[in-house]
Amino acid sequence: MQNNDIEKQLQEQVKDAAAAGEPLRIRGGDSRAFLGRAVEAPRTLDTRDHSGIVLYEPSELAITVRGGTPLRVLIDALAAEHQELPFEPPAFGGESTIGGAVASGLAGPRRPWNGAVRDALLGVKLVNGKGEVLQFGGQVMKNVAGYDLSRPMAGAHGTLGLLLEVSLKLKPLPPASVTLVREEDKRAALETMRQLYQRPGNLSGVAWVDGLLHLRLEGYPEAIEARAAELGGERLDDAAGFWRSLNNQTHPFFAGDTPLWRLVVKPASGDIDPPGKELIDWIGGQRWIRSDEIPQALRRLAASHGGHATRFRGTTEIDSPFHPLEPGLMALHRNLKRALDPQGLFNPGRMYEGL
Amino acid sequence: MQPDRTPATIPADARRRFLDALRRVLPEGTLLTEAEELHPYECDGLSAYRQVPMAVALPDTLAQLQQVVRICHHHDIPVVARGAGTGLSGGAYPLEDGIILSLARFNRILDIDPANRLATVEPGVRNLAISEAAEPHGLYYAPDPSSQIACSIGGNVAENSGGVHCLKYGLTVNNVRQVKIVTADGELVTLGSETFDGPGYDLLALINGSEGMLGIIVEITVLLRPRATRTTVLLAPFDDIARAGDAVAAIIAAGVVPAGLEMMDKLTLEAAEAFVHAGYPTDAEALLICELDGSDIDVDAETAAVTKILRDAGASDIRVADDAAERARFWAGRKAAFPAVGRIAPDYYCMDGTIPRRHLGKVLERIGKLSGQYGLTVGNVFHAGDGNLHPLILFDANQPGELEKAERLGGDILEACIEVGGTITGEHGVGIEKLDQMCSQFDSAELTQFHAVKAAFDPKGILNPGKGVPTLHRCAEFGMMHVHHGELPFPELPRF
Repeated sequence: MQNNDIEKQLQEQVKDAAAAGEPLRIRGGDSRAFLGRAVEAPRTLDTRDHSGIVLYEPSELAITVRGGTPLRVLIDALAAEHQELPFEPPAFGGESTIGGAVASGLAGPRRPWNGAVRDALLGVKLVNGKGEVLQFGGQVMKNVAGYDLSRPMAGAHGTLGLLLEVSLKLKPLPPASVTLVREEDKRAALETMRQLYQRPGNLSGVAWVDGLLHLRLEGYPEAIEARAAELGGERLDDAAGFWRSLNNQTHPFFAGDTPLWRLVVKPASGDIDPPGKELIDWIGGQRWIRSDEIPQALRRLAASHGGHATRFRGTTEIDSPFHPLEPGLMALHRNLKRALDPQGLFNPGRMYEGL
Repeated sequence: MQPDRTPATIPADARRRFLDALRRVLPEGTLLTEAEELHPYECDGLSAYRQVPMAVALPDTLAQLQQVVRICHHHDIPVVARGAGTGLSGGAYPLEDGIILSLARFNRILDIDPANRLATVEPGVRNLAISEAAEPHGLYYAPDPSSQIACSIGGNVAENSGGVHCLKYGLTVNNVRQVKIVTADGELVTLGSETFDGPGYDLLALINGSEGMLGIIVEITVLLRPRATRTTVLLAPFDDIARAGDAVAAIIAAGVVPAGLEMMDKLTLEAAEAFVHAGYPTDAEALLICELDGSDIDVDAETAAVTKILRDAGASDIRVADDAAERARFWAGRKAAFPAVGRIAPDYYCMDGTIPRRHLGKVLERIGKLSGQYGLTVGNVFHAGDGNLHPLILFDANQPGELEKAERLGGDILEACIEVGGTITGEHGVGIEKLDQMCSQFDSAELTQFHAVKAAFDPKGILNPGKGVPTLHRCAEFGMMHVHHGELPFPELPRF
């Protein structure tokens, strides 16, 4: 693997930008640039030359890796030791980096069972808006010294600091995996999901699309065979391909220009009766919706089921693709942003106006 | 060990005006100001340090609590939130010029939602009470600190508490979905969401483990998990502690993630056996306790794999508990390890470092040497699965200077944890106890960043001030006593 440490140069770029008072757009593979608001910044900082594994001891179930490392390279290195990232990050074409995967905070179909990006993020090394290199957390699972400034970097879209290194918790690859497909209409599938969510048992993916319920089982071969016999259904031949197409949005559901919305709701919300085509993932907790409906309507719909709505793709006029925050919560966001990035250098406005 | 601040001198009339303001918003009997009423609040689980607060407020309602915080904010009076008071690092240690805000009356379970596997509770609810309430639905709350019969969930969030099942099921932060806080100026703000993620920054992660310094936690929604079909506990004695450590690494490397994986050394296992008669083999040098859970087939497969690894690593007589009573007996010794050690010495001081597992042998050897140097016995209990080490330093507080000696030994042990890439606290928090060691783990820019985050939430600094993060001034003084790796820390600070 390309092992390249340009920490000093990256730090200098931030210091220069700070001295000039000129904001920076942080980019890795730019494969997630479509997420969020457009960043207007006179300077661009490219992380891709800062790459490679810093420390990987498979028996510790943890890895420290530089932010510009290609996701694909990292996943292959882990697979060679029969391990994987618990949060199953999506890759949207192009060469996604681990820094971008952490910063965007997106998790794949495994999320309900193996946690979000933040759950795996044990530590970070970052450059703050003053150009200082800071380290929080580490490779150990338990660490409560100081405020947890690592996990908030997941999903902050680079607005709180430049990620130089991330330390991630890993999981062993499952010994075996089977995906079952059952024909079920939406209501029946949602009822199945509701029952499965309350019981233990080897699941690592439950999604419904086009009248088909997909159940991914993982574990010891005998255990998943027994569970598969209980649940019934056809075995999917290219199961890995199916879950990848869902995660990376290459499935036909995601084709076309109709705006794509991501609604995260309480999993047992049942049929939320969305104004458009729906793909259900996360055992009912994540609903992908294709709809031209006005943003406010989709936001109200998500909120009425305890959640929030993000305009994922599409060109509707909108303040921010992300769900609006209550004023008190937004005030805390502004204050935290100022604490880490006093001049507002990093990806200004990427998430919300003024952040 | 003292908070890192100088208490304010409050003139008698200002104090009277402040207490009168509190009396106007609190019902009769919920504001304590008399010495004998304040006495029970003078310490938390770090009982070597005691301080009587100016007053204790025990609000009944959220509206009262918000008014109390607003009054403190207006009068610049520090607020120390307190749950069950079982914390081990002095997080709830009172401030003489401040009040204790007790959450004891916020003790209701508000909702159990089995379909969404959520429980919404007030902060004063005991950890174990959540699992008890969820039990009829076949669900439970996973984080289980050993004090779970007494500790409150609000305190668990404030400290980001652990327990013996963290490797597989995570810490408090991984099992909490939403927290409502009252900010330093008395506003109610919701962090996180009842769903798998929320919009904006992950302030929920930040509030976990923030030790009452960023906000007052007033409502918590936790994730419940379905009980595994089967649970098995293996007991594996070793005649060499390093071999037990190797077995731990081999289990993880084999792709098994045990629900719990604990190690006890000879001293602690003997003390525990004498105390609760768990059936531990007292001739062993070290004992591994390994819990496996899942379906019947999962547990059978993992039991076979783990048994072989343990045997190959040199475990002599492995015992397997399948029924609930025997499992409980196997765990009883471990869960009672601290009080058991408390029976064999007048006092003990519990440390809480975390290390990468592979350095266990090296760190234990170092602890053994330090123990010899200081002339104090140290027992070791180890959450081996997640690398969290609890050395228990035995001493006698009635011997002049012995507490200080135990504290110095403890500090040196934590330094050893930092040196191998670990941390000074895995689950007990910094509080007042580990302020000096924070100076070793973080440099001045990092500590300054922490202070900036504190100010972002609490510009006036009224929430549990002087805890958690040391001032650079304190670190400079600590550094003058304690030169780390031959380098003077904080070289950029002026000296005097």
